[in-house]
Amino acid sequence: MKSLLNRNEFYLAILIAVLCAAIGSLNPHFFAPQNILAFLKTSSVNGILAVGVLFVLILGGTPDVSFTAIAQVAEYAVVLATLKWGGNVGIAFLMACAIGAALGAINGFLIHYFRVTTIIVTIATFNVYYGLLYVLTGGGVVFVVPTFFKKFGESLLFSSHDAAGGVYGVSLVTLLWFGALALGWFILRRTFLGRSILAMGGNEVAAERMGLRTVAIRLFVFSFVGLLSGVAAIAHTSIVLSAIPNSIVGKELEVIAAVVLGGASLFGGRGTILGAFLGVLLFAVLRNGLVLLNISSYWYDVTIGAAITIGVSFSAIQQLRARRAKVNVIVTEAA
Amino acid sequence: MSNDLLRLQEIDKRFAGVHALKRVDFALRAGEIRCLVGENGSGKSTLIKIISGVVRANSGDILVEGERVPSPTAGEMIRRGVQVIYQDLSIFPNLTVAENVAMPRVAVSGRALIDWRSVKTIAHAAMARIDARIDPDAIVGDLPVGLQQMVAICRALTSDIKLLILDEPTASLTKVEIDHLLSVVYEMKQRGIAIIFITHKLDEVLKVADTVTGLRDGEIVGTFERSALDHDKLVEIITGKSVDQSRFELESGARKTLLEVRGLSKRNNFADVSFSLREGEIVGVAGVIGSGRTELAMALFGIAPAETGAIVVEGVERRIDSVQAAVAAGFACVPESRLSQGLALKRSVGDNVVVASIERCVGQFRLLNNQRRRSLVAEWIARLAIKARDPNVAVETLSGGNQQRVVIAKGLATRPKIFILDGPTVGVDIAAKSAIHQIVRSLAAEGAGVILISDEAPELVRNTNRILLMRGGRIRSEIVSSSLTPEQLQTLVEAA
Repeated sequence: MKSLLNRNEFYLAILIAVLCAAIGSLNPHFFAPQNILAFLKTSSVNGILAVGVLFVLILGGTPDVSFTAIAQVAEYAVVLATLKWGGNVGIAFLMACAIGAALGAINGFLIHYFRVTTIIVTIATFNVYYGLLYVLTGGGVVFVVPTFFKKFGESLLFSSHDAAGGVYGVSLVTLLWFGALALGWFILRRTFLGRSILAMGGNEVAAERMGLRTVAIRLFVFSFVGLLSGVAAIAHTSIVLSAIPNSIVGKELEVIAAVVLGGASLFGGRGTILGAFLGVLLFAVLRNGLVLLNISSYWYDVTIGAAITIGVSFSAIQQLRARRAKVNVIVTEAA
Repeated sequence: MSNDLLRLQEIDKRFAGVHALKRVDFALRAGEIRCLVGENGSGKSTLIKIISGVVRANSGDILVEGERVPSPTAGEMIRRGVQVIYQDLSIFPNLTVAENVAMPRVAVSGRALIDWRSVKTIAHAAMARIDARIDPDAIVGDLPVGLQQMVAICRALTSDIKLLILDEPTASLTKVEIDHLLSVVYEMKQRGIAIIFITHKLDEVLKVADTVTGLRDGEIVGTFERSALDHDKLVEIITGKSVDQSRFELESGARKTLLEVRGLSKRNNFADVSFSLREGEIVGVAGVIGSGRTELAMALFGIAPAETGAIVVEGVERRIDSVQAAVAAGFACVPESRLSQGLALKRSVGDNVVVASIERCVGQFRLLNNQRRRSLVAEWIARLAIKARDPNVAVETLSGGNQQRVVIAKGLATRPKIFILDGPTVGVDIAAKSAIHQIVRSLAAEGAGVILISDEAPELVRNTNRILLMRGGRIRSEIVSSSLTPEQLQTLVEAA
C-alpha cells in the first residue's frame, strides 16, 4: 500500500480518472466507445514513440530528441519507395523498421564511442537526418500514398455498428501501440537484456565491472528506439494518409514529457511501461476533452505545460515531505 | 609453500613514470584475515587491482592455490574465486536487493530470460550464508549504507569465493554496522575464505587482522603477526616515523565568547542543545552516528535549520535559516561527506577554493576580477600546502588528504570566525591527518573558534580542549579533554 502511494503511476491514474469524469459530466459523448477508440488510435503514434523514449531514459543520461526525425525520415522514405516500386504493409514495416534501427544505431554508436551526452548527439543527428530529408526531397508534400496504408489504417478488430449505422472497433494502429507496450514490458521485465538496461541506468560503472557488455546494451537501446520510430512512422502514415516533412517532427518534447510524467527519471534507472502508457493517455484525454468541450485547440499546449508543471511539482513536494518527516536521530528524554 | 591460497612473486608495475610497485612478494593462506596498511600512493590500490586482475603487472607471477595464472584478467580472477568489494560498492541503487545479489549469477548463466523465482532463491541462499536479514524486495538505494554493503557482500558470496578483498569497507558505516560487518568477516574466515581488508582506521586493523602487511612507496615494509603490533607500531610501519602524541592546549587568559547556543531543537534530529564557544577554543563533539552530532552541525550551518532555540554570535542573536545566513554570521563548515557535499569534483582546485568567497574576487561593475581570484587561490594553496600540479586540475584527481585540504581552504577563504569540521580526517591517510590537525590547531591559535566532530577518540582527545558528549539528540555531558585518555572517551561514547 505504501509503495503504491509512492508511485507516480498511481497519482497519474487518479488524475486521468478525475479528468475523464469531469469531461464526461460536461459532455457525455466522451464516454462513447467510438470516441475513446478514436482518441486511442490517434494517440498511438505518440504512444509507440513513448516506449522508445522510456528505454532511453532508463538507460540514463539525457533524453534522445532525434526519434521524431528518424520517424519522419522513415515515413518519407517508405512512402516514396512504395509509390515507386509498389509493395504492401509488411514490406512497408520492414523498410521503416530497418531505416529506423539503422539511424538509431548511428546515434548509439556516436554516444558510446565519443562519450558525448545523448541530448547533444541527438540534437546534432536530428538536424542531420531531418536536414537531409529536406535536401533530398526538396520538402515536397506527398498527398497520395499507396492504398494499403488506408486499408491498414481502417482495419478494425471487434468491430460493431452504432445506431447511425457507422462501424467502429479497435484499430490495428491502436494494437500496434499496445503491441509496443507489451514488447517493451516483456523486454524490461522478463529478459536479462532488459534488466541490464535498468542496471546500466542505475550504475554504469558497476555494470561494466560485472562484465555486462555496455556497448551492446547501448547500441540495442538506440536501435530499438529507431525501430519503434519506424513502427510509429507507419502508424502515422496510416492515420494521416500523407507524407508531410514536418508532421511528426515537433512532437518530441510532448512525448518526452508524457514519459517523465509517467515517473521515468531523467537521471536514469527508473521508469515503467505503465507510466509511459498513462503519460500518453493523459495527454490524449486532455486533447480530446478540449475538442469535446469546444475549447480552442490553442489551449492544448497551455494545458500540457500546466500538467507537466503540476506533475513535476507534485513529485517535488512529495520528496520535500519525505525529507521533512525523515527521522535522523531518535531523540531520547533528558536524563 | 603449497598451502598458500594466493602468492604474488616479484610483481612490478609502472604507470607513466611512476614506479607503483617494486618487485613485490605477497602470500596469503586460506581463512586468513590480512590487513593492508599504507598511505595514499603507497601502492595499496595498485596491489589490489593487480590481484583482482583489473590492472596487469609489467612483470611477475600470480599463483592461485599453487597454480600460476597465465592471463590474470578480471574475469579470470573472478573465475578463480577472487572478488573485490569496492568502496563505492558497485551496486545498482534502482534495483531490488534480490536482483542485486543474484545479478552476477544470472549474468554468467547466459540465459536470455529472467526467472524471478531463481533470482529469489539465489539471493536467499547468499543472504543465509551470512545470516543477513534484509528484505529481498527492498530497493537497494533506499537502504542505509551498511545494508547496501551487506548486499554487496552477499553478491560476492553467490560465486565460489576463495578470497574477498574489502576496500575501505567501514569508511561510511555506523558503529553498529561496523560490528556487524566484522562479525560477517569472521564468519567468512570460519568458512575458509581469505580476506584482504584495507582500512585507514588503525583500531580496526588491530581488531580484525590476523596479519598485517605494510606498504610504503611501492615496497612491502613487512608482514607482521597481529600479536606483534600496537597502535603506535602501526603508525611507524605506515609513516616510517614515530607518532605525534602531543595534545592541543588552550593558552590561559580572558577570551571573548564567539558563540552561544541556547536550547536549540529540531524534531527528529536533536533537542535542547546548549553550549558556548570562545575564541581560540577547539570544542569536540563526540557521539555515535545517530546521536545528533552531524544534524547539529547542519543546523548551525543553515543546511537543515533548527526549529527552536537561539544562536548568538558575538553577542548578537542570529537567525540561521540558510547557508547564506550562516556564512554572513561568520560560520564555515567542512561537511561530513566531502565528495557529495564539500566539493565539485569535476571542477578545478581553484574553482573549489574560491567558490564560497567569490564575492571577494568581484571588481568593477561586479565583474570577476581574475587577478584577485588567482591571488586568492594561490594564497590558500600555499597556506594549506595543497599538492596539485596546478590550480586548474580537477579536484577529483587529488588524493583524499589533498581533497580535504581544498574543502578546508574553501571554508577558510570566507574568513570565518567559527569553523565547524565534521569528520575532517575520514578517509585521509595518517600523514595528511596530522597535517590537518596542525591546520586546525593553528586556526584556533589565530583566534577562530572550532567545533570538531569526530568518530575517532584519539583525534578528539588530542585536538580539543573540551568535548561535548552527545547521545539520543542531546548533550549528555561536557568533559575537559586533558582529563581523558582516548580509551576512556571511547568507552563513554559507546556506553549508549
